[in-house]
Amino acid sequence: MTKVSMTVNGKAASGEAEGRTLLSSFLREELGFTGTHVGCDTSQCGACVVHVNGVAVKSCTMLAVEAEGAEVATIEGQAAPDGTLNTIQQAFQDHHGLQCGFCTPGMVMSTAALLKENPKPSEQEIREYLEGNICRCTGYHNIVKAIMAASGQDVSALAAE
Amino acid sequence: MYSFDVEKPTSIAEAVAALGSDDEAQALGGGQTLIPTLKQRLASPSKLVSLSGIAEMQGISADGSVVSIGGATPHGVVASEVAQSYPALAALAGNIGDPAVRNRGTIGGSLANNDPAACYPAAALASGATIVTNAREIAADDYFDGLFTTALEEGEIVTQVRLPVPEAANYQKFVQPASRFALVGVFVAKFADGVRVAVTGASEEGVFRWAEAEAALSGNFSADALEGLTVAADGMMADIHGSKAYRAHLIAVLTKRAVAAAA
Repeated sequence: MTKVSMTVNGKAASGEAEGRTLLSSFLREELGFTGTHVGCDTSQCGACVVHVNGVAVKSCTMLAVEAEGAEVATIEGQAAPDGTLNTIQQAFQDHHGLQCGFCTPGMVMSTAALLKENPKPSEQEIREYLEGNICRCTGYHNIVKAIMAASGQDVSALAAE
Repeated sequence: MYSFDVEKPTSIAEAVAALGSDDEAQALGGGQTLIPTLKQRLASPSKLVSLSGIAEMQGISADGSVVSIGGATPHGVVASEVAQSYPALAALAGNIGDPAVRNRGTIGGSLANNDPAACYPAAALASGATIVTNAREIAADDYFDGLFTTALEEGEIVTQVRLPVPEAANYQKFVQPASRFALVGVFVAKFADGVRVAVTGASEEGVFRWAEAEAALSGNFSADALEGLTVAADGMMADIHGSKAYRAHLIAVLTKRAVAAAA
């Protein structure tokens, strides 16, 4: 076991990890950040997406020891400390961008990465960017709508579908 | 996963020493293939030597005629940074896997693994790239050696890839939608002294150059020059996604599309 230290959502965090410990396992089981979900554990579904040093990664396909010293952002850090949802989360709620909610942490973290790169993505760009995030409820349409809304764009054209 | 240790060297020399000190050690690039492989217990290295903390293996430089990419550079960085200097390569890199995978997976890892359906081998072979390792420089024509096999020796790592920039180029990928690898991918690169056509995803021998198409295109760089040219189905891969004949057919179709898009 090795001691691994990182910053999670702006606060120092450390715990013990084996070489083979995945970042997703480390976040959930060692540090208690269970908002990061593990859906497939094969880097297909994207429920485990977190940000490491500012970029989105699948935490089930990265070793915890490789995140030593990194700035990690998870779903727990998205809302304000008093629980007020951020713009993306609020848009998901307003536009029914989640059904069972299992994929939502990854969807929100991928969306945050997308909007940082591309503040006003088109519907097509949103769908392409979310290629690695799977919603088992197949609720993609409202997820796309929520992201259009979160980026301050008109969603009326999408509403009829 | 079986248990293993992880070392995180900060220089190429340290990485080579760490790999050399243990026969069962393996280099870890971005891990987007290796970690899933380890999860399935298809490999059991005693130690992984992570290459992601080696600053001298990161980053891209372009001098106009050659783009040089550090072996540990992720696909996402290639996609954004060579958009001006080598647009066809940027487009290829930006269409590997998905955004999160592109933030971890590296060009050196892809070339070292040499998956028969990976995209980068087609770009390297069609560009006539030089694969730079800790020990030597290897021409792409001498580097790829069949399925998951390369000219790399045990413990040798890809530190940089130098790609000559063609006058015109295009990559056409027929995506296998579940894996996002290429069911077939064709990279066409036109240089002053001729055209190179590299095909991935199709052959049982891995990435290869389609010599007949190269000859036809070197005289006349247009899709018309490929009229009537076919690839033999013999020697193609076959699986539930596509037969040998289907893959062979796709090669000709995609090559025409790549030429039309590049011309």
